[in-house]
Parts: sequence; structure tokens; C-alpha cells
Amino acid sequence: MTLALVLGALLAIGCVILVALPYLRDPEPANDRLDSLGELEQRQLELSEVRDRALGTLKELEFDHRTGKVSDDDYRSLVGPLRREAAGALRALEPRSRETTASRVDLRRRV
Amino acid sequence: MPELGRAALVATLGLVLYALVAGAYAAWRRKRRLALSAQNALLAAFGTTLVASLVLVAALIRHDFSFVYVADHTSRELPTGYTISAFWGGQEGSLLLWLLLLTGYAAAAVLLNRRSARDLVVWVVPVLGAVALFFAFLVVVVATPFATQTTPADGAGLNPSLQNPYMMAHPPLLYLGFVGLTVPFAFAMGALLARRADERWIVATRRWTLVAWTALGIGQLLGAHWAYEEVGWGGYYAWDPVENAALMPWLAATAFLHSVMIQEKRGMLKVWNVLLVIFAFSLSLFGTFLTRSGIVSSIHSFTQSSIGPWFLGFICLVVLGSLALVLARLPLLRARTKLESLVSREATFLYNNLLLVALTLTILWGVVYPILSEAVRGESVTVGRPYYDFFLRVFGLPLLLLMGIGPLVAWRRASVRSLLLTFTWPLGVALGTGLVLLALGAGSSIPGLIAYSFSAFVLGTIALEFVRGTRARRALAGGSWPRAFSDLIARNRRRYGGYVVHAAIVLLAIGIAGSSAYDTVDEARLAQGQTIAAGDYRLTYRSLEERAGANATELRAVLDVSRNGDDLGTVEAGKNGYTAERQVSTEVGIRSDLVTGEDLFVIAELNPDGTAYFRVFVKPLVNLIWLAGLVFLLGSLIVLWPDAREQRRLATRYAAAGIPARR
Repeated sequence: MTLALVLGALLAIGCVILVALPYLRDPEPANDRLDSLGELEQRQLELSEVRDRALGTLKELEFDHRTGKVSDDDYRSLVGPLRREAAGALRALEPRSRETTASRVDLRRRV
Repeated sequence: MPELGRAALVATLGLVLYALVAGAYAAWRRKRRLALSAQNALLAAFGTTLVASLVLVAALIRHDFSFVYVADHTSRELPTGYTISAFWGGQEGSLLLWLLLLTGYAAAAVLLNRRSARDLVVWVVPVLGAVALFFAFLVVVVATPFATQTTPADGAGLNPSLQNPYMMAHPPLLYLGFVGLTVPFAFAMGALLARRADERWIVATRRWTLVAWTALGIGQLLGAHWAYEEVGWGGYYAWDPVENAALMPWLAATAFLHSVMIQEKRGMLKVWNVLLVIFAFSLSLFGTFLTRSGIVSSIHSFTQSSIGPWFLGFICLVVLGSLALVLARLPLLRARTKLESLVSREATFLYNNLLLVALTLTILWGVVYPILSEAVRGESVTVGRPYYDFFLRVFGLPLLLLMGIGPLVAWRRASVRSLLLTFTWPLGVALGTGLVLLALGAGSSIPGLIAYSFSAFVLGTIALEFVRGTRARRALAGGSWPRAFSDLIARNRRRYGGYVVHAAIVLLAIGIAGSSAYDTVDEARLAQGQTIAAGDYRLTYRSLEERAGANATELRAVLDVSRNGDDLGTVEAGKNGYTAERQVSTEVGIRSDLVTGEDLFVIAELNPDGTAYFRVFVKPLVNLIWLAGLVFLLGSLIVLWPDAREQRRLATRYAAAGIPARR
């Protein structure tokens, strides 16, 4: 019973310390706010997904064409729109990533 | 030490309650330290649940019968392995195992994603906390494993059916699967709560879903093997409600694993994917409810209890709450792309999804209908094998065929010319196989013949994919054939690992078709020295032997076996009489031919006059079912293996959006 009490108490202390750890480590933070994705960053992420999707499908199409699974006609009709999709996403990402980086640099400078 | 166990579980309850409340408040009010504190509470909850579990294991090993649970499920004679497996042999222990696995999964999900997906994890924590709270409440308030009593001299022992090596692995694996589906559910809900419509939750949970799905698949096969060896009726799957309870979430998760690829490749089916995750998770809860509540009569259900209403309430809460959230976030989940053609890879995945969901729903109806009938009309109804077999053929055979068609069709659209190019060889293989089998007399079962022909088609496609892929890789990069082959798999583990899993399903289909459509059974009452013929086998009842086992008296009829005149040794079948449990179990005799995959399966009913009534089954190809398990595991491991290239790509994607740099 005594051993159980001691072990129970140790367990409770351990749990309290672990739960309180963020407050013990950082008692007076300069900023306690969780960042969330802004509209710009959400859009950036969506465009990155479109780009990765198009590039991935393009890569797979090339390989399937090489294996003979996709005929020459199908390849020609599919590859154009896919390339345009990937290029479109890359173009849309280009200024945004510059913008995001610039805003981050600007933010850091201000901090 | 029951006090320590109880205290640890109360601590778990407090910690997961804190994770829920503080986590939700932190995510809502964007409080960084509070969010981290809630995450730590989930980590601590795993620690406290582990302590509680160790207390129970220690009590089991020490035969501490002052614990009611230990006395009810073990005895002094019970071998140590089964004594430990009694942890999940009863209601309270099973629920504790659920909680242990859940907090373990939650802790791992938090630790592995708290940096890379921290914006999602803040919302995932309260969802995981809510699910854990329910199970912690059950083991603290409703069904505690730490109830005590005046110590009796010995325990009641473990149900003899559970005293089987497969029972040491089957329940934990099933629970790993059931519980593992909580993680994708929590991430899906977290994404909706965070108003995130991107693929982050899918990327974060893909492997978790695969782990749960693999565990559930292997767990079911081990369960089927247990039923085959232990239940003694000559089969491995009886469409029992508890067996179905494990199959349904696996089917729903299979549909999700396929449809998620359409979202990743084409940005479509966002709502469908979230719904599938909710469906799979709810079915895993429903499965646990069926097993643990004792609401259905089943050979796999070993408890009668009062937790049913709690479970039903929680399932309703989960389903209604998550559907309300999906409805609230519908505008976010609209797809920007459309299905371009009904003849495309994504279309075949969609058909596959519809068939899988239809099969799941028909099984669900078969399970639920008797319960509803009993509750509403007071009539006891049984949904039998013909119902399930019919729908398995209606939905299962087209699914098998689609496994072969899907890989041959290109994404977006495919022309007739392309299809002709790719389908010629596999179609030829399928037709050739069908004709040869017909000539060999396999036409006695039309569904069996169709299943074999479709299986040949799928295996033909898989072989063709590997051959063409290896050839193309070799043409691209040069090198040897084995190098090109391993490169092919390494560069697209998901695709080629998936093909290996498909091959496993084909082996399973062949095994099921062979052992159920072409099996034979012969039966006779024999005195010693008499013989029974079964197929090509002849079995002669030689003697009756009695021996003492570890905790049971074993009575065996020994039969000499020969096939076409060749002596194959002996096979033994009979009964075990368990002293502490005061129960008798049927022990079947199995002789496996690993070359043909065939089993000779013997059940013996022993009579007091020394005669025995034998039922002898010959089950062609049944061992392919167990081989399918190994191939399935191999395929899953290939898919699960970390892909450095993909991880770099994802890291670049999220770094560009500034996610790893965030607080």
C-alpha cells in the first residue's frame, strides 16, 4: 500500500511537471500566440499541391508511355494540358514565394 | 498494487480531459503554451496508462487472485503465455488495451507531427483527447480491471477457446487496427476544425492508416486461422457478426486508401475521403461495441456486459458530430477538377470505392438487421451464409476484376487503342486459364471458375506491370535486371507495393474459391481398425490415446493416413478437457500439403464405447489463404517503407509555405 502510494505520488508529480513544462520553460514569453496560416500562405500551399500533382502525373505519364502502357496518341493528347498545368502553377508560385519570403524577411527585420 | 493501477487510470482520465478542454481552448484562442501543455498531457496519458497496464500484467503473472479480473480469467495451471494474454481475454482488460493503444498512437502522432504539422496538431489533440476520454471513463467508472476481492485459492481459468497461440497475437493486432483508425479520423477532424482544405492531413496520416489497415488485415487472417484450428467446424470464416465487425472497417479503410490517391493525383473526392474516414472509424467503434457488449451471439464474443448503451451513445455522438462538421465545412471541400473520362484510372478507383462501400453496407445490414429485428419486433432473426455469399459474389468478383483493370488504365483518360495494347496479354492469360480449368473439371462451380479466371487476369496484369516497368527502368538507367527491378520498386513504392498487396488478395481469392467451392467432406462412425476414404486419402482409425497436457487432459483418436497408396504418417483429432475451467474443447487434426496447398482436416467426436464419429474434409488450396497473409505483409511493408525522395518533396512544399518556421 505504502509503495503504491509513493509510486502514485511520483507518477502524479511527473505528470504535473510534464503538463506544466511549456509554462516552466517559458514563464514570460514575448509572444504566446500560435501562428496560423494566412490567406497568402494557404494559397501558396494549394498552388504547391497543384504543381506537385501535375509534375507527379507528368512523370508517371512519361514512364507509362515508355513502358508501352500509354499509346503515342494518348500521350500526345495528355502531355500538353499537364505541362500547361504544371507551368501555370510554377508561374503562379514564382512571385508568391518571392512575396512570402520578402514579407518574412520584412517581419524579421521589424522584430 | 490495485491502488496504483486505479490511481494511474484516474490520472489518465484527468489528463485526457485536460487534453480535450485545454487543447480545444488553446486551438480556438490560439494559445501557444496551452496547446503545447495539452499535447504533453496526451504524452503523459500514455505513461499513466502504461503504468496501469503493467500493474495488471504483474498481477496476472503473480496469480494475484485478489484482483477480480485475474481470478475470473486465469488459474494457477494456466501456462504463462496464456496468463499474459488473459490481459485482453476479458472485458475490462480489452478496454484497457484499447486505451493503452489509443494513448500510444496519440503520443506517437503528437511527437512525430508536432513540428512538421503543428498547425494541424493543435486541433488533432482535442479530438484524440475526446476519444481517449470515453475509453478512460469506461475503465475508470464502468468496467475497471482493478476491482478487488478476498483472495480465492485459485482462479476460474481462461476460456479454452482462447488458449491458442493465435489468440496471443490476433486480438492485439485487431485492436492495433481498430484503434489506429482513430489517428486519420482525428487528423481529418482537425483539418476541418482548422478550416484546412489542403492535403496536409492526408500526408500526415497516410502511414498511420496503412499501419492500422495492415494490422487489421493480418489480425483478421490470424483470427481466421484460429477459427480454422480451434472452433472445429471445418471452416475459417463464418460471417459471424464479430468477424464481420473486423472486416467492415478494413473494407472502408481499403476504399479510403484508394480514394485518397484520387485526391492526391487529381484534387478530387475531398468530401468522400473525409466521409470514408468517419465511416471507417465509426465502424471500428461499432466493431468494438459488437465484440465487447455481448449484444450479438457469437463464437468470438466472450462477454456479456452493460457497456453497450455507453458505446451506442458515443458512436452516435461521433457520427453526428463529425457529419455536422463536414456539413459546416462543405464550401471548403469543393473540388476544382472533374472526372474527365469514365475510362481512366481515377474512374476505376471510383468504381472500386463504390463496390467496396456497397459490400461494407450490405455486411453492415446483415449484422444490424437481427439486432434491429430483436429490438423493434421482438423477433429473433438470423442472417445466414447465403446472404453474405451472394453479395460477396456480386460485389467481390467485379472488385477482383477491377484490381486487374485499374493498373492498366492511364490517369485522366485512355483510348481504345491504348486499352487494346495493354489488355491483350492479361486477357489471353485469363481466357487460357478459364479454358484449361474448364477442361480439368472446374466448371462444377461457376463462381469458382470466374474467380480463378479473374485471378489469372489480375496476376497477368501485375506480372506485365513488373516486366514492362523493369524493362523501361533498365532502358533509362542501364545496369542489370535485378538492379532495374529494385530501382523500379524503390522509385515508386506505393505503386509496386500496392501490386504486391493485390497479388496477396488474388492468392486469398484463389484460396477461398478453392477451399469453399471445391472442397469435399466425408463422414463415418468408425471402430478401431476401420477405414474412411476422403478424396484420394484413406484414413484408418488406429487407436485412442489419453495424455496429460499443461492444464488439460488430452484425448486423441490417432488415424493412419495414406494417399494413392503412399503412407503419409498419422493425424490426430479429439478433445481437451480443462480442469480449472470445467470445459471441453474440440481439437481438430490438420495435415497440410505445402506443395499443393491442400489440407486434410479431421474432426472427431469420441464415444464412450471406443468408437469415434469422424468428419474428414479435403480443402484444396486453403494454405494459399495463409500464404496471402505473408505476401500482404510484404506488400504493406514496401508501401510503408520511408521514401526519402517523397519526404524531401513534401518538406520543400511545406517549407515554401513557411510551416516549419512557425511557432
